[in-house]
Amino acid sequence: MPAWLRGLVPVLIAIAVLAVVQVVVGDSPFFVYLASIVGVNVILAVSLNIVNGMTGQFSIGHAGFMAVGAYTAGKLSLLIKDVAIAGLPTVVSDQVQFVGTLLAGGLAAAICGFIVGLPSLRLRGDYLAIVTLGFGEIIRVIVQNLDVFGRALGLSGIPQTSSLFAVWFCVFLVVLVARRIVGSTHGRSLWAIREDEVAAEAMGVNTTGYKVRAFVISSFWAGVAGGLFAHFVPIINPGSFTFVKSIEVVVMVVAGGLGSTTGAIVAAIFLTLLPEALRSLFLQLGGLGTGASLAQKVDQIRMPIYGMLLVILMLVRPQGLFGTREIWDVLPRWWPGARKGIT
Amino acid sequence: MRSSSLAAVLTSCALALVGCEKKESAPSSASGGTAAAPAPGGTPGVSGDTILLGEVGSLTGSEATFGISTRNAIELAINEVNAAGGVKGKKIEVRVYDNQSKPEEAANAANRLINQDNVLLILGEVASTNSIAMATKAQPAKVPMISNASTNPKVTQIGDYIFRVCFIDPFQGYVMAKFAHDNLKINKVAVLRDLGSDYSQGLADVFERKFTEMGGKIVAGETYTKGSTDFRSQLTAIKRAAPDAIYIPGYYNDIGLIARQARELGITAKLMGGDGWDSEKLFELGGSAVEGSYFSNHYSPDDPSPRVQKFIASYKKAYGSVPDSLAALGYDAAMVAVDAIKRAPSFDRAAIRDAIAQTKNYHGVTGSITLDDKRNATKSAVVLEVEKGKTKYVDTIAP
Amino acid sequence: MSDFTQHLINGVAAGTIYALVALGYTMVYGVLKLINFAHGDVMMVGTFLGYAVAQKLGYEHQSSLWGVLLIFLAAMAGCAVLGFVIERFAYRPLRDKPRLTALITAIGISFTLSYGFQLDFGPLPGAAPRAFPEIITPREWLIIGDRAVVIWNWQVISLAIAIFLMLMLQGLVYRTRFGRAMRAVSFDHRTAALMGIPVDRIIALTFMLGSALAAGAGILYAIKDTAIQPLMGLYVGLKAFVAAVIGGIGNVPGAVVGGLLLGLVEEFVVGYSSSSWRDAVAFGFLIVVLLVRPGGLFGRVAAEKV
Repeated sequence: MPAWLRGLVPVLIAIAVLAVVQVVVGDSPFFVYLASIVGVNVILAVSLNIVNGMTGQFSIGHAGFMAVGAYTAGKLSLLIKDVAIAGLPTVVSDQVQFVGTLLAGGLAAAICGFIVGLPSLRLRGDYLAIVTLGFGEIIRVIVQNLDVFGRALGLSGIPQTSSLFAVWFCVFLVVLVARRIVGSTHGRSLWAIREDEVAAEAMGVNTTGYKVRAFVISSFWAGVAGGLFAHFVPIINPGSFTFVKSIEVVVMVVAGGLGSTTGAIVAAIFLTLLPEALRSLFLQLGGLGTGASLAQKVDQIRMPIYGMLLVILMLVRPQGLFGTREIWDVLPRWWPGARKGIT
Repeated sequence: MRSSSLAAVLTSCALALVGCEKKESAPSSASGGTAAAPAPGGTPGVSGDTILLGEVGSLTGSEATFGISTRNAIELAINEVNAAGGVKGKKIEVRVYDNQSKPEEAANAANRLINQDNVLLILGEVASTNSIAMATKAQPAKVPMISNASTNPKVTQIGDYIFRVCFIDPFQGYVMAKFAHDNLKINKVAVLRDLGSDYSQGLADVFERKFTEMGGKIVAGETYTKGSTDFRSQLTAIKRAAPDAIYIPGYYNDIGLIARQARELGITAKLMGGDGWDSEKLFELGGSAVEGSYFSNHYSPDDPSPRVQKFIASYKKAYGSVPDSLAALGYDAAMVAVDAIKRAPSFDRAAIRDAIAQTKNYHGVTGSITLDDKRNATKSAVVLEVEKGKTKYVDTIAP
Repeated sequence: MSDFTQHLINGVAAGTIYALVALGYTMVYGVLKLINFAHGDVMMVGTFLGYAVAQKLGYEHQSSLWGVLLIFLAAMAGCAVLGFVIERFAYRPLRDKPRLTALITAIGISFTLSYGFQLDFGPLPGAAPRAFPEIITPREWLIIGDRAVVIWNWQVISLAIAIFLMLMLQGLVYRTRFGRAMRAVSFDHRTAALMGIPVDRIIALTFMLGSALAAGAGILYAIKDTAIQPLMGLYVGLKAFVAAVIGGIGNVPGAVVGGLLLGLVEEFVVGYSSSSWRDAVAFGFLIVVLLVRPGGLFGRVAAEKV
């Protein structure tokens, strides 16, 4: 089988599996919504891992790129809502438009990534942190000021054309991209930059170029995640894309292990589902009365507990759950995804 | 190897949790039961001798103070109802979920209440954005929803299952414009709005439009974002325009400081606002700076009517502070819901929805509530003046 | 003209507070190369400590000279202890780890403090804002024109206190042995250790000093803007951090200049053009400065030696 066809096999398997899942559980709105939120967070974590983990930079403004993607895709969808593509059944036309807006959102975010990244990646590491932070804030201010983005109320009425299949197919794609990067020479350069930037530069790696590239790829996927988000959440406003959201994604990447895609996935799933699970747990334990108020108390102490967990995690296991290891490192050789040869 | 086994444990936990969610969702989509509530397959929201209502609020995050006020008031209302014997012989239980002041969490919470917990109806929210998120989930599922304090017209436009017990922006903005023009006979007003609040933007937009229509002039327009504490640069710019009054349709947390700093800068213009001012925190934070200011509200705390006074006293006893307008509206939202359940011929959600829609002249603490054909509350607004650290009734303005 | 003067006064008042908080950021960065995200929240804790002491003192005593002194000292001492605890238990173990790890820890502490104080069980204050008592009884100090510009006594006193604190810090850093040791550690901590300087102790003391300064800034902030609430540290801390970077992070006079500049720029841009962009002004200014001077105004872009 030619190499390119072999590369397509995982994609086809993914499509088949997701189609089955979609049919089986697609009718349960609660599950679909929750799974979509989890999926979006996984995309955010895996894409941030490319910059923070593989390249060792400090980007703490990921929510800003998500916002760019969400608003671009959302606004576009609103504009072309009543226009159907001739010759295609409505459902297909909607989905094509949906994919188009996702690409537009991702592209817009990637452009922003370039604009933000090019100057700041030349500066010392800590400066990138604050510039990315500032970028998120500036996006928020821009959106709040413009009527076209709904100001403080936000954008509502965006066609809810997302589906479980769409979200998780994008998850699959971003994981594929991350996986391919890690295994390539491109990825080795990124890793070299992460380990020792000066040495990498001395070995002829164009550090600024690689850093910007990683940043742009990462922002593109954050934009796609935002676009997906806009198509299953009924209304989007600046409150969903704050600094706190950026930090939540950073936590997922760090807790999973800086540099480990598997870690980012696991941490994202776990940390997103945890509050829901705790709610269920307390309601089961306490029944309607005390359980409910306990669940409410849990909601309230969630943030400070989060903070404490971060501190403890860094003290006890600073390399995160998986360190830099990936699940495909421990799979047996014959498994399709396993790496053969060099680690 | 240790980390991979730990990883394996955690991954399986995560998957198990996911599995738990799946388990709960499967039966709910099939029949109508939930994991926690008894008797699957019964009427939605009612099982045995309990009626289950849902509430979504911002209990944490930037809107926490408003969410907590609403939560307290609804709890107070339901406790009173249960103490008096409940409704049709059944007790009421309210399940509350926090949405962290975010719309996607509000939608998630609404989903959960509708699909997992099978509530009869949903109460909430304060911020219009969050209400729209919830309404978009409640309407297709045909679950009635009553918002206590969302004022953007779009909320009830989502569908015929969505109601509110408060004014909408177009009315309240008009109220103060009329008062300023007709009663205070003022011609030059500056507007200072909260950029981060749709409520504030809505009121400011309407005020500017109506006031100009009436012949007044808007001499300056400045903005702030809630949570900031220094408004001096905006106020200095406003001072330059020399207005007779400043309309500040924001929330009491910020108004107190704005008033203080305005007086500190030597601004003597009258200050005016909306029902977001209603809280005793206004006096605590504003001190003498808010004296002589006016704001529109649903009711007057010195209304001698026993209903209002009893509510204020009970709230104070239970929660240690005088209720703000969000609490008063929350109380009324809960009571309107209960009243509708009483009047409805059955516990069927469609019947409840019709009963809510027929609410006429319901005497709540925030006035006489009649729900119009757009499912918004038609009631008069009162204008209050701040005098000696308390509010004083000045005038009523009808729609 | 009169509103120019008023804007000037407002800008300086806001700027001195940014400067005081920025000093703490910059000192800690100097010795530890760590962005202490929790610094703003330490300020918040200090403000609440001052609030608690003022409440205990009661209405008459809180505005007396002894009362005010006690409030300041209690807040500063309390925060010094908090700073010590944070450094000892959260940052010291991570001294040799990658900086992103320490950054995450700092963010964790920031969240624990700010969201923790939003809870209302036990001694925790809860999310609702409170009014800081008027510990300096307000009186008009200077009126220009027909109330065109009004300067209050507490504004003058606050400025005096801020200048006093900065001068004290200046003396400490440049004229004492401790200051010299601190500068040595921030220059090269390995050589400093070789020279016999107790690096751990110096770092701990620097932290305590920065935290105490933040507490002082917090009380001044509360006097100026009255309302205090648990999330206040996040907003002020972020702006002060921007100020520190503008001045050149690690540079002490830079922090002061950065703070004042930021306060003035914000005030004038908002006052003379649209106020809707206020929150973006600080970052916009930062980006402009960094484009022109990548190390900040006074910073040196140090060549990294291998």
